[in-house]
Amino acid sequence: MVSLTEYLIVAALLFGLGIAGIILNRKNIIVLLMSIELILLSVNTNFIAFSYFLNNFVGQVFVFFVLTVAASEAAIGLAILVVLYRKRKSIEVQELDALKG
Amino acid sequence: MTEFLTPLHIIFYVFAAIAVCSAVAVITVRNPVNSVLSLVITFFSMAAIWMTLRAEFLSLILLLVYVGAVMTLFLFVVMMLNITKEYQQSGFVRYLPFGVIIVLLVIGLTIAAVGPQYFGLAQMPAPAPEPQNYSNIHNLGSMLYVEYAYPFEIAGVLLLAAIIAAITLTHRPPLRRKVQNPGDQIAVRPEDRVRLIKMPPEPKQEGA
Repeated sequence: MVSLTEYLIVAALLFGLGIAGIILNRKNIIVLLMSIELILLSVNTNFIAFSYFLNNFVGQVFVFFVLTVAASEAAIGLAILVVLYRKRKSIEVQELDALKG
Repeated sequence: MTEFLTPLHIIFYVFAAIAVCSAVAVITVRNPVNSVLSLVITFFSMAAIWMTLRAEFLSLILLLVYVGAVMTLFLFVVMMLNITKEYQQSGFVRYLPFGVIIVLLVIGLTIAAVGPQYFGLAQMPAPAPEPQNYSNIHNLGSMLYVEYAYPFEIAGVLLLAAIIAAITLTHRPPLRRKVQNPGDQIAVRPEDRVRLIKMPPEPKQEGA
């Protein structure tokens, strides 16, 4: 039987890679959104692993809601991205300094 | 007790390795299309890992909703934006040490916190295998529609709000549509449209 530790370590690796994607990636907003999806995936894996090992079903219900919110977040994020590309013809992160004081 | 290399172990480690490798590819590959496809592979293998945790419904939802809908949306947007130039990742090398340090800290701290002395099989024994007619979907549905019916409906409203927001953001009126404007039609005056010119009659030309 695979222990809970192994599931949690895989989730931690995915979480760290998602954070690395956010830190390293300065060019492309799409990769940034995908890093957020990676982070959410690892969090969901943690929820499901604990739900299985604690024999408590609420974790899976919560994963369901997290998936819902993540899907709507991706949809709105991509819509904003499309509008941004229409305005500025570029999706580079470093050029988005219009709010700079 | 710790028999290694059971079939479940092999399945778990194969899919975990695939997931981590393709997650590395997601953040390092330059072409965004390849990045999206690597994320699809990650979702596939994590769905397999969820399957080993007896979360069959959520695993299939991950495949259908994420790979089927959200990743397709990502691909559509990547292709629609027409990013022809390969991005020179100028900041990549500059931020690489910083990012690696942060990530190693996060992963190291998490692994130290969830190590086998806290969450091993001795501390957290796996639950007994389910009976023959056990249904994951039945359990999830009875909990979702009974205890969590109200949050479930709020989630539906949230999705509706997301639909409306996405459409409102990206919709733009058609540029060249031939429609009449009744206000302009009423406000028009004859002087703007018809010009009466007084000109002397031309003499009749020969041969014409």
